[in-house]
Amino acid sequence: MALAFDEFGRPFIILKEQEQKTRLRGIEAQKANISAGRAVARILRTSLGPKGMDKMLQSPDGDVTITNDGATILEQMDVDNQIAKLMVELSRSQDYEIGDGTTGVVVMAGALLEQAERLLERGIHPIRVAEGYEVASRIAVEHLERIAQKFDFGTTNIEPLVQTCMTTLSSKIVNRCKRPLSEISVKAVLSVADLERKDVNLDLIKVEGKVGGKLEDTELIYGITVDKDMSHPQMPKQIGDAKIAILTCPFEPPKPKTKHKVEIDTVEKFQTLRLQEQKYFDDMVQKCKDVGATLVICQWGFDDEANHLLMHRNLPAVRWVGGVELELIAIATGGRIVPRFQELTPEKLGRAGLVREKSFGTTKDKMLYIEHCANSRAVTIFIRGGNKMMIEETKRSIHDALCVARNLIRNNSIVYGGGSAEISCSIAVEAAADKYPGVEQYAIRAFADALDAVPMALAENSGLQPIETLSAVKSQQIKENNPHFGIDCNDVGTNDMREQNVFETLIGKQQQILLATQVVKMILKIDDVISPSDY
Amino acid sequence: MAIEKILKDDASEEKGERARMASFVGAIAITDLVKTTLGPKGMDKILQSTGRGHEVTVTNDGATILKSLHIDNPAAKVLIDISKVQDDEVGDGTTSVVVLAGELLREAEKLVATKIHPMTIISGYRMAAECARDALLQRVVDNKENAEKFKTDLMKIAMTTLSSKILSQDKEHFAQLAVDAVMRLKGSTNLEAIQIIKKPGGSLKDSFLDEGFILDKKIGVGQPKRIENAKILVANTAMDTDKVKIYGARVRVDSMSKVAEIEGAEKEKMREKVQKIIAHGINCFVNRQLIYNFPEELFADAGILAIEHADFDGIERLALVTGGEIASTFDNPESVKLGHCKLIEEIMIGEDKLIHFSGVEMGQACTIVLRGASHHVLDEAERSLHDALCVLSQTVNDTRVLLGGGWPEMIMAKEVDELARKTPGKKSHAIEAFSRALVAIPTIIADNAGLDSAELIAQLRAEHHKEGCNAGIDVIAGSVGDMAELGISESFKVKQAVLLSATEAAEMILRVDEIITCAPRRREDRM
Repeated sequence: MALAFDEFGRPFIILKEQEQKTRLRGIEAQKANISAGRAVARILRTSLGPKGMDKMLQSPDGDVTITNDGATILEQMDVDNQIAKLMVELSRSQDYEIGDGTTGVVVMAGALLEQAERLLERGIHPIRVAEGYEVASRIAVEHLERIAQKFDFGTTNIEPLVQTCMTTLSSKIVNRCKRPLSEISVKAVLSVADLERKDVNLDLIKVEGKVGGKLEDTELIYGITVDKDMSHPQMPKQIGDAKIAILTCPFEPPKPKTKHKVEIDTVEKFQTLRLQEQKYFDDMVQKCKDVGATLVICQWGFDDEANHLLMHRNLPAVRWVGGVELELIAIATGGRIVPRFQELTPEKLGRAGLVREKSFGTTKDKMLYIEHCANSRAVTIFIRGGNKMMIEETKRSIHDALCVARNLIRNNSIVYGGGSAEISCSIAVEAAADKYPGVEQYAIRAFADALDAVPMALAENSGLQPIETLSAVKSQQIKENNPHFGIDCNDVGTNDMREQNVFETLIGKQQQILLATQVVKMILKIDDVISPSDY
Repeated sequence: MAIEKILKDDASEEKGERARMASFVGAIAITDLVKTTLGPKGMDKILQSTGRGHEVTVTNDGATILKSLHIDNPAAKVLIDISKVQDDEVGDGTTSVVVLAGELLREAEKLVATKIHPMTIISGYRMAAECARDALLQRVVDNKENAEKFKTDLMKIAMTTLSSKILSQDKEHFAQLAVDAVMRLKGSTNLEAIQIIKKPGGSLKDSFLDEGFILDKKIGVGQPKRIENAKILVANTAMDTDKVKIYGARVRVDSMSKVAEIEGAEKEKMREKVQKIIAHGINCFVNRQLIYNFPEELFADAGILAIEHADFDGIERLALVTGGEIASTFDNPESVKLGHCKLIEEIMIGEDKLIHFSGVEMGQACTIVLRGASHHVLDEAERSLHDALCVLSQTVNDTRVLLGGGWPEMIMAKEVDELARKTPGKKSHAIEAFSRALVAIPTIIADNAGLDSAELIAQLRAEHHKEGCNAGIDVIAGSVGDMAELGISESFKVKQAVLLSATEAAEMILRVDEIITCAPRRREDRM
């Protein structure tokens, strides 16, 4: 453990509490890091593809999550190892940036690490390996650009978008009804998309879930749902052409922030105060009524008296609506959020075609639907499913599908899925390697091998012979010079992914390769790990 | 070099075969636990809570048993979850859904042992579930048009549901109760309108359905005990000292006389409020909050029946039943909707006095008064009745009806078997397994009744080979019988929910190939 010695052979103390720290150096450190990274990739490897398996995760509080979304698995895995944490970060950044392909990116990084280990054993310097990877990734990304295809869609022709979302959903547990779900996702994205600027604000899409019913009952609501009911049980349950006052002030007497006292010392004062109080309530309700509101949505609670007055004046109201929901309602109905009763004006009211309360199941579960809004940009996807886990998993899957649809609107280039893009890249990188002088050539070739890992895992998970299938597809691609051949996971009978309609987005694939390369480079550059030893 | 540790200290990770085994074992253990409660001769379980008092629950309801268990196995949790959802959605079949999911997994385990990939099993199960559902759809009976027949259908369903519960002795009585109560709802599924009051004492047979509404409260002293043509004001308002709600207000006096004055003003205020309430022209006032002695006295003077501290559900239900609105301010009496009922009187059940509102405007609500020897019996009776009510209200909406006693399972099994024979490939093994799992349910019913299940099932299968047969297990006689003649029916909606959620749960567990358990959260030592 000693680092340096003086002329008498006594160690210099360089690190604080050196004796208690464990330290790994050089090739040892690199190997340890690589094995940790590979261990994480190995966990996710079996989740890849349409026949991938799920993982069951039990949280510290005993809740069970069943998922095959890479980012979710890693997030909940309670990872301790630093390198493994890097892999978790990797998957998370893919999730933030692209939203899909979170499993693929980790598998890819794992494969790159595995290849790097072999090169290190041959004595190639890690930096050379890293540089070679860098060159190779550039070649791969450029090649992807070449084989990518633009495809056209419009608000009327959503079929290509639906097809791509279906590819994403086919690897999830919801693949039973991937068609309706992807249609819902695409419609949701299109209704909030700004096709001019090619931008989509996913915040406008709310994904809500409620246990019960079938997955097939999942629906897209052009409006907002709020998990609340009317403040008074006898208020009308359905309001047509609602004019909505959106308030952030409570229906309660004011509470000035400055400290004050109201002193009561005579009977008259007591009575005037009482009258004032009554008038105050009356005024509040009257103000809402005066501007012509037919529904009040309030962030805070109501006093019993105010509640009854509202009911009495035939002004339905909803209380305790959360801030985020309030904002969404304001966006959707085109209303303004009003912080004081005095500022309430008719222009500030939101408009919705229909507001209704709907109840579910045998228990007293109610939701409020606000539909046909003035500005129908905000939409809600309402998921039903057999149990909580199913709904959570569906939410995650829908999120992936939404992201994919968004990416396509941003950039409508696609590559073909089923591993075909990786195989094609692998061929291109392999060919480029031979032209490259220097030690990096080996690293580039290793990169090509690593690219094969994704289709290999796909084939393995689908119960096919991995090596046999991969080599067959590869030779077919070279022979026919057609980059659309991939692994036939669903046993359809053809390898041509164009016929199977399996697409992925170009930016998603490019991002996968770039991110994976970056993380692997980072891991390779570490040659010294100092960690406090266990106590 | 040793393999790097990736997870935190106490976290564990199980992979592939081991993970699958862990989930199979967990799920099958849960199934075996509730299996014995299935069917009319199923046994009950005693549950003792770990909380203070070690309360004891005796039950036969699958959802209740599973809800009370503390389970660590993640797969078992999935099963508990589906049972809960079944309870929320359709109310009955909570045991069946767990047993079916468990049997599906048991069969899957055998298939996995013969090296069939779980994904293949899942796709087989999906095909089989679809086929089974179609088979049921073909055989449903829908008596929506014929009100008389539909009512007998409901009766049969209620009796079938109740026959596996503690109420089986008086199932005809209770089935009649439940059907009457549900028919009053006129198609709504709002079970809130049916109130169940439990009073120990008497026997289960003394339970009855009351058409009016019963409030578990006493009438104030000196107030009329019986009011005809009552006008009721339902309110939610403070009837103690009415606080000044403006923030920061406080009373500050400098002499005793002023205290008296303020007190007088306060009293005056209350008197005014009471006057306003009386001005509505009512003769019954029901408030959610407390009524102090002073206003109570005023009400008594005016000959008004005042009921205080009715719970929230009670108020809402009363407002619903009498058609009044819940009021909190009383300034404009002409526009407040009052509730009406023909007669309010105090009645005695056992030793308790209750207030009975009869001849209410809205005929939908009703009250079921349960009587029984002990709290345990009453609780279980309530759960059983709740199941029956849920099933009936669902059936009113979806009027399709099937026969019971293992008949639907045999029908499904037969169709699924057909499908297996037609399907090429490995999937057919899974489809066959699905049919075996279906047959397991009548087998368990027979086993629980102490019958020779192997013999009976074989007979049943032979019977079902004929077209249009109605054979099922007649547990009482211990033989195969005609279910249509015996009047054993089940709701299609419940059966469908059992089939679909059980398949979904089995699928979910099968898809798992790795279990990662995080370290349990440590309680911080606050010492």
